[in-house]
Amino acid sequence: MRILVIAEHDNNELKPVTLTTLAAAQQIGGDIDLLVAGHNCQAVSDAAAKAAGVSNVITADAPVYEHQLAENVTKLILALPGNYSHILAPATTSGKNLLPRVAALLDVNQISDITGVESADTFTRPIYAGNAIATVQSSDPVKVITVRGTAFDAVAAEGGSATQETFGEVCDAGLSSFVGEELAKSDRPELTAASVVVSGGRGMGNGENFDLLYALADKLGAAVGASRAAVDAGFVPNDMQVGQTGKMVAPELYIAVGISGAIQHLAGMKDSKVIVAINKDEEAPIFQVADYGLVADLFDVVPEMSGKL
Amino acid sequence: MKVLVAVKRVIDYNVKVRVKADNSDVDLANVKMALNPFCEIAIEEAVRMKESGVADEVVVVSIGGKQCEEQIRTALALGADRGVRVDCEEQMDPLTIAKLLAKVAEKEQPGLIILGKQAIDSDNNQTGQMLAALLDMPQGTFASEVKLADGKVNVTREIDGGLQTVALNLPAVVTTDLRLNEPRYASLPNIMKAKRKPLDILSTDELGVTVKSALTLLKVETPPQRQAGIKVGSVDELIDKLKNEAKVV
Repeated sequence: MRILVIAEHDNNELKPVTLTTLAAAQQIGGDIDLLVAGHNCQAVSDAAAKAAGVSNVITADAPVYEHQLAENVTKLILALPGNYSHILAPATTSGKNLLPRVAALLDVNQISDITGVESADTFTRPIYAGNAIATVQSSDPVKVITVRGTAFDAVAAEGGSATQETFGEVCDAGLSSFVGEELAKSDRPELTAASVVVSGGRGMGNGENFDLLYALADKLGAAVGASRAAVDAGFVPNDMQVGQTGKMVAPELYIAVGISGAIQHLAGMKDSKVIVAINKDEEAPIFQVADYGLVADLFDVVPEMSGKL
Repeated sequence: MKVLVAVKRVIDYNVKVRVKADNSDVDLANVKMALNPFCEIAIEEAVRMKESGVADEVVVVSIGGKQCEEQIRTALALGADRGVRVDCEEQMDPLTIAKLLAKVAEKEQPGLIILGKQAIDSDNNQTGQMLAALLDMPQGTFASEVKLADGKVNVTREIDGGLQTVALNLPAVVTTDLRLNEPRYASLPNIMKAKRKPLDILSTDELGVTVKSALTLLKVETPPQRQAGIKVGSVDELIDKLKNEAKVV
């Protein structure tokens, strides 16, 4: 078996979620090719070649891949000569955008957001906002899979010595072009990779009050997230949303502040190791999943906590 | 321009689903069903395009048994002009759904196709991308803004790092994210009017798509449940527990 893993990167660095996707690929078993599609992305390929378990890094470097447009990268993947049994990508917005397009053109289904590998053709995945876990078997000739990063332990970033090759054919579908982007800039850890996450909900009241959470997060070296309610209300941008349709997180410590705990939010954080809930409503459903609950006004206790840590 | 919107009947988002005792699937008997929330956003966007004059017809399509006509009627009450139901009682995988939708699109020749980014039951997030691939159209997934101009559509997408805007040739496929719009409620007169709007039924045979799947659902289980922990009385107690009991700070 030969597995193709699609690297997640920003042309400068390899994202850690690639390493958890590689872990899922290792569990499936076989030679692993890692595709780095981007522009001026050799640094990513060099880092990828050191990751444990990678046999070969394929670099496709061209302006048409710079922004990971699904139309072009799909064409590229289909043009690769490897006869792959599995194609894997992280279940991030880029992986989710890309792989179903690849699957459809291979005339196979995609298995989305897997959380476990039972065998080379059988996988587990959450459905219904994580309220049920399905075990799915695929008889497709190629298994196209997106991997939930929080469900696997990353392979080592160093120590591997993969071969490197370049794929020079430029695949431009000519259907789409990049116009611009607004990326959040933050010195805090990335939400999906942080070991501590502090999240705020509707109870925060407005965007300025999130400063209380940023202060607490900085004491803890934490990332800051939010519930859908807080994003919909415009308190914070969409990239902070944790939940069924936002980001999945599973940190060592998750502190939910002013979040009631709708099932859609719980879907995104209930695999955290330790959950703390701070809410003035003692009936809030978030307390049913919290290891430690503090029934209190967040505007009193969050600053107090920041002061005492 | 014609806009085609594909919608799905799913469990109501407020209902917490239960797994069947024999672990064969989830139990949907006597459960409240509704229009998938992302599909509602898709209809709203199409209807707004019609209201602003950039679209002249909104066609809504759903695949399923007779019951999903309820959701098509809901879409018609929200402002879609006519409905199409592809009759199929079986559960289908996203690839088959995408193939059927592609055939409907070939018949209808829309300038734009809008779908929800994912259905809240299977949480697959695939159909729009697959449909775009099969039709060789560009895709604007997870859209928070859609603007038509100069024969193209500019789609602002919610991505992990923030927002990305892409320009797509038309016809194109767009999938909706939560911030695209706030769907309206159907008014009673519109619900009444929707009952008289045309709704065509097509069979999978007519569309020339064989319904089969390479995926087998082996079992469905309830995930490990978290137990509620303890309530602490003060910040000091909380910090003490986190330091000395949980050892996470």
